[in-house]
Amino acid sequence: MTKTMYEKIWDAHLVYEPESGSPLLFVDRHLMHEVTSPQAFEGLKLQNRGVRNTHSILATMDHCVPTKGRAEISDPVAAKQIQTMAVNCKEHGINLYDMSSANNGIIHIVVPEHGFVHPGMVVCCGDSHTSTHGAFGTLAFGIGTSEVEHVMATQTLQQQKSKTLLINVEGKLSKHATAKDIALAIIGKTGTAGGTGYVIEFAGDAVVNLTMEGRMTLCNMAIEAGARAGLIAPDQKTFDFLEGKEFAPKGKDWDAALAYWKTLPSDKGADFDKVINFKAEDIAPQITWGTSPEQVISVNGLVPAPTDFDDPIKAQACKNALEYMKIKAGQKMTDVNVDIVFLGSCTNGRIEDFRAAAEMLKGKSIAPGVQAMAVPGSYPVKEQAEAEGLDKIFIDAGWEWREPGCSMCLAMNGDELTDGQRSASTSNRNFEGRQGKNGRTHLVSPAMAAAASIAGHFVDIRDWA
Amino acid sequence: MEAYKKHTSIAALMNRSNVDTDQIIPTQFLKKIERTGFGIHLFHDWRFLADNVTPNPEFELNKPVFKGAKILVTGANFGCGSSREHAPWAIADYGFNTVISTSFADIFYTNCFKNALLPIRVSKDELAALMAEIAANEGVEFTVDLEAEKLTTPGGIVIHIEVDPFRKESLLGGLDDIAWTLKHEDKITAFEEKQKQTLPWLWK
Ligand code: SF4
Repeated sequence: MTKTMYEKIWDAHLVYEPESGSPLLFVDRHLMHEVTSPQAFEGLKLQNRGVRNTHSILATMDHCVPTKGRAEISDPVAAKQIQTMAVNCKEHGINLYDMSSANNGIIHIVVPEHGFVHPGMVVCCGDSHTSTHGAFGTLAFGIGTSEVEHVMATQTLQQQKSKTLLINVEGKLSKHATAKDIALAIIGKTGTAGGTGYVIEFAGDAVVNLTMEGRMTLCNMAIEAGARAGLIAPDQKTFDFLEGKEFAPKGKDWDAALAYWKTLPSDKGADFDKVINFKAEDIAPQITWGTSPEQVISVNGLVPAPTDFDDPIKAQACKNALEYMKIKAGQKMTDVNVDIVFLGSCTNGRIEDFRAAAEMLKGKSIAPGVQAMAVPGSYPVKEQAEAEGLDKIFIDAGWEWREPGCSMCLAMNGDELTDGQRSASTSNRNFEGRQGKNGRTHLVSPAMAAAASIAGHFVDIRDWA
Repeated sequence: MEAYKKHTSIAALMNRSNVDTDQIIPTQFLKKIERTGFGIHLFHDWRFLADNVTPNPEFELNKPVFKGAKILVTGANFGCGSSREHAPWAIADYGFNTVISTSFADIFYTNCFKNALLPIRVSKDELAALMAEIAANEGVEFTVDLEAEKLTTPGGIVIHIEVDPFRKESLLGGLDDIAWTLKHEDKITAFEEKQKQTLPWLWK
């Protein structure tokens, strides 16, 4: 019988399938950050339970962490959360990359950097963007805090099996279109609920040809399509990325692991519940105009009007979004000015994102009145960028070069939009208020963000010098 | 966890779709390390005016007729976005124990059951009928009988509540999922022992 990659990983992790109730799935790796874990540790304590497999956990601090002046967190509630994380990890002997660690950074950036996640694993984290790790051919998904507690206590999760969706992106991406644009173009078509109930496997030349960083960007946004997880078959690129990393298998184990990993890709002719095909050539640089990642157009497109939607709910959502965003139907996004440009997050905070942005910025300066922030996803990313001299390019162009963290991806660490400000952001969510109350967010790729900082408005980078 | 009991309560109408967890509980309120006290921040950005204290008279849930409502009736794809369990914590802490919509985001849906909160999926037509009944008679009370898997309204609507039998039992009994799983600890141990043989590097 042929199987999809999802089914293979599922079957290999099934601990118990009761007649009534959810199957118990074994969890190989558990990732942690300060926001969604404290109540789980508290729950364990109240019930007098311990952590079952400490070695399966890797923790970091990222959401509340300031990206400048890191010596002190001025918000006492956030400081307490950070401190609680440190105490909990210490108490249970959990490996924590705290704020002073040279490995510190955003959880989904840090984990691959150390080879903590391998193909074929089941990985979870109290964070929806855990889907990022699907880039390694890993079943990785976000869970709530009660489930964080459940995994710590039992090393399993009660899980319902998902349906499978194959998204093929065939052909060659055009110049200036990136993994981010593939993700946004897919969500634009399927909607933010299009993947609900599914695990997506991304395939096709355009996906295979992405770098590991690009694959992570694509899987990162699978959750924005509503999917439980995103998966990409592991191949030589995956293996090369992992080889030699701290937590990657070594010596004889490496050979055995490699043999196992090669059995993971979906069998030829395996059945998916649904298949959607995209042509890479059709994907232009994307930009969101509304307050949901599905409200997205090609950079040279026109902002839609409520009357363009047949579905009354989508029409109403369009009307609300236009009003909130202060954008007009029929308008070109290239006529829209920006106040703040943010480069970073677990979607686009990796080294190749900084290289792509720097390429645009070389020898140029940001437009008057624009504030631009470059926030590396981790210290290793920051160091690498500095070693390549990228920080100079940003600073010379008038950008701020910050310390790592989630920063302005979400407004909880001091980096945020003020009332009415408009951002070009390389993050993943443009919800109302996501980057600050009444802030207006437009999601774009790193190169698009960099170009907007120079022009002071969005530009079609395909015909921009 | 508290057991979920049959109840007849005011159904509040919030006719918005794609309500994300950032809306349900904005990020600035996620810094607390407790599970309680999030209700006062529920839907903060919609609920309060720019001064962050004055209730916004335009916001649906601020209508006096919806005061004390335990049932929230709302649009498609409710709870999308972040995995934060603070969302169901805030909804439950505010006083709701039931949310009705045509669809919920996966993680949010699961999180509800861990917090004595019943998410009920209904069809598009059923949702339209429920919304119409509330709009025509604000303050109307619906009856939710989870045991009998039935939602009924004074207007005569009867809807079968689709729910996984295991989750239903957990809600009705106020059961602890971890305790249930630990009853199968021998199977977990056996799985681990096997994995140590087959994929030993995962244990080094
Ligand atoms: S960068 Fe943004 S999306 Fe990623 S983990 Fe941090 S807050 Fe979440």
